[in-house]
Amino acid sequence: MTHSIVPAKVYAGVWAVLIALTFTTVAVSKLELGEYNFIAAMTIAVIKGTLVVTFFMNLKQSSSMIRLFVAAGLFWLAIMFVFVLSDYFSRGWQPLGQWW
Amino acid sequence: MNITFEQPKIKESPNYLNIQYGWQSWLFTTDHKRIALLYLFSITAFFMIGGAFAVGMRLNLTSPHGLLFSPETYNKLFTMHGIIMIFFFLIPSIPAVLGNFLIPLMIGARDLAFPRINLLAGICIIGGVVAVAAVASGGVDTGWTFYAPFSTTYSNTHVIMTAVAVFVAGFSSILTGLNFIVTIHKMRAPGMTWFRLPLFVWSHYATSIIQVLGTPVVAITIVLLGLERLFHAGIFDPKLGGDPILFQHLFWFYSHPAVYIMILPGMGVISELITCFSHKAVFGYGFVAFSSVAIAILSFLVWGHHLFVSGQSMYAGMLFSLLSFMVAVPSAIKVFNWTATMYRGSISYDTPMLYAFGFIGLFTIGGLTGLFLATVAIDVLVTDTYFVLAHFHYTMVGGMVMAYLGGIHFWFPKITGRMYPEGWARFAALVVFVGFNLTFFPQFILGYLGMPRRYATYAPEFQSLNVLSSAGASILGVGYLIPMIYLAWAWNRGPRAPQNPWNAKGLEWEKSPSPPPTFNFDEMPVVTENAYNYGDESVHAAEARG
Ligand code: HEM
Ligand SMILES: [Cu+2]
Repeated sequence: MTHSIVPAKVYAGVWAVLIALTFTTVAVSKLELGEYNFIAAMTIAVIKGTLVVTFFMNLKQSSSMIRLFVAAGLFWLAIMFVFVLSDYFSRGWQPLGQWW
Repeated sequence: MNITFEQPKIKESPNYLNIQYGWQSWLFTTDHKRIALLYLFSITAFFMIGGAFAVGMRLNLTSPHGLLFSPETYNKLFTMHGIIMIFFFLIPSIPAVLGNFLIPLMIGARDLAFPRINLLAGICIIGGVVAVAAVASGGVDTGWTFYAPFSTTYSNTHVIMTAVAVFVAGFSSILTGLNFIVTIHKMRAPGMTWFRLPLFVWSHYATSIIQVLGTPVVAITIVLLGLERLFHAGIFDPKLGGDPILFQHLFWFYSHPAVYIMILPGMGVISELITCFSHKAVFGYGFVAFSSVAIAILSFLVWGHHLFVSGQSMYAGMLFSLLSFMVAVPSAIKVFNWTATMYRGSISYDTPMLYAFGFIGLFTIGGLTGLFLATVAIDVLVTDTYFVLAHFHYTMVGGMVMAYLGGIHFWFPKITGRMYPEGWARFAALVVFVGFNLTFFPQFILGYLGMPRRYATYAPEFQSLNVLSSAGASILGVGYLIPMIYLAWAWNRGPRAPQNPWNAKGLEWEKSPSPPPTFNFDEMPVVTENAYNYGDESVHAAEARG
């Protein structure tokens, strides 16, 4: 596998952004935003995760095969969320009775 | 002083077994074949421990009032039986032993892609030792499913210690899967294209996908369980705003695919056995290969069939029921293709083939009863009864354990360089088959009549079938002990095996001696033909016979 060299500046920059985002998470949690608190925290976490995977784990320089595997992992996670939520959202639905 | 050295007589050419001695050369080895043997011995030990719990349960159930144990002890027995058999025997069984040993040999590689990660995975199986320690210090009683809130709030047994054991073993599984995927992508010998891979390798590729994508979820679920139990995090406990059904979703998101971790490698073994002992190429290679991948993917879409009666929405239940029917299709494709492979083959009835026959029949019963259970209206009646128990023992014991034994016999000459006694082996295969059916078929009837699972006692009218089942279990137990004895004997005393005793196709037989040298091949193999190129002579011979 060939890795093009990533300049240290990039790593340092990403690191600074990650730290900044950590402080943002703490700051946002002090605000009273109702359920948006949760959404904000999760959004920041996803951004941080993406940064780590793209730069520190070198996804940016990786082959398309590796990207395919990453995509598969995310797709599987999506399966889990969609199906679990399909249960939660339809739990209150009433039976249809005899509809045929 | 007169010292005379006697040269040790060198009987064997150097191979992976005799190249080095001493315990360090085993415990710190990075040779995939030696690691496979480390797994072999550890999981055999776990199998015997798990089996001992089963003996305890079957003894207890000879009497409707429970012959030996209090209900509390009985709960611990079935929990520890399930945990040890599933996480420490079945999941590692074929992949970690046969897969580890054979995948590099089959694809023409010197080792797995990451030999040291392989050793790390091997070491993780000591998670099993933690589980046994949990047993020794009082056991655990949540069932192998660890359902919340019982596991998180009410059980006062060693839940955390057992959870740690499962967590650690999970890493063994993830790392093995990772290693296999990379190995199969990157380490194939020249000429070994994807569609020349033995089906054993395809089925392990599919298994590895499940291991890598599914196991982290159960690992996280276990961590959440720990957080809930120790710090009352409020994820599963409704009093704290959690949802106990979420635990079941997360648990089965892994554990239904995990049943395919437990059967796919078995299917790979069966494909190899059927083609070898029919002396004929597998019928519909591409279908069998892709059905493995299809199973791996579909298996992630059906977990809700374990939640039909636990408060899951009715509509989700209908969706999961429908999808569960779909997963039976690729399984059925395999069974049809194996049957078609045997058609007009010249079949020989060596021991591995007997196990393959057993697998096909028993797995078919197990799979079809799975369809009964996937039907919501039937499942509502038989869920949590002995019917479910019979269903999954037909797939896991009738399927996977049969395949494991068949595979162990088939590759025993390659692994040890020795032959086992064929007469004893056929006899044992028969005993296992009879014992298995006597043990588990009555459980279908019991479940259908309404006997619930996981109780130490039962209504008196169920006694005769229960005694029958216990009697069958004793036969089955003997059936498992006989191979342990003659295989151990054969390893030391059996006649030397030739390189290819079965006249089988495949690099491990054609290009590597028995037992293989440390780096598998004396010279790098180059592959020039498709898998199972048995030629047509054997088939023509069979046709000539009529
Ligand atoms: C042909 C496809 C299959 C289908 C449609 C199927 C369906 C089901 C269903 C609906 C249940 C839940 C029953 C209940 O709890 O009420 C179940 C339980 C179970 N099945 Fe299957 N199954 C299939 C194949 C397998 C295989 C291949 C294995 C293992 C190798 C397996 C292992 C299990 C286990 C362990 C349980 C019980 C889990 C527990 O509650 O402890 N199944 N199956
Ligand atoms: Cu299932």
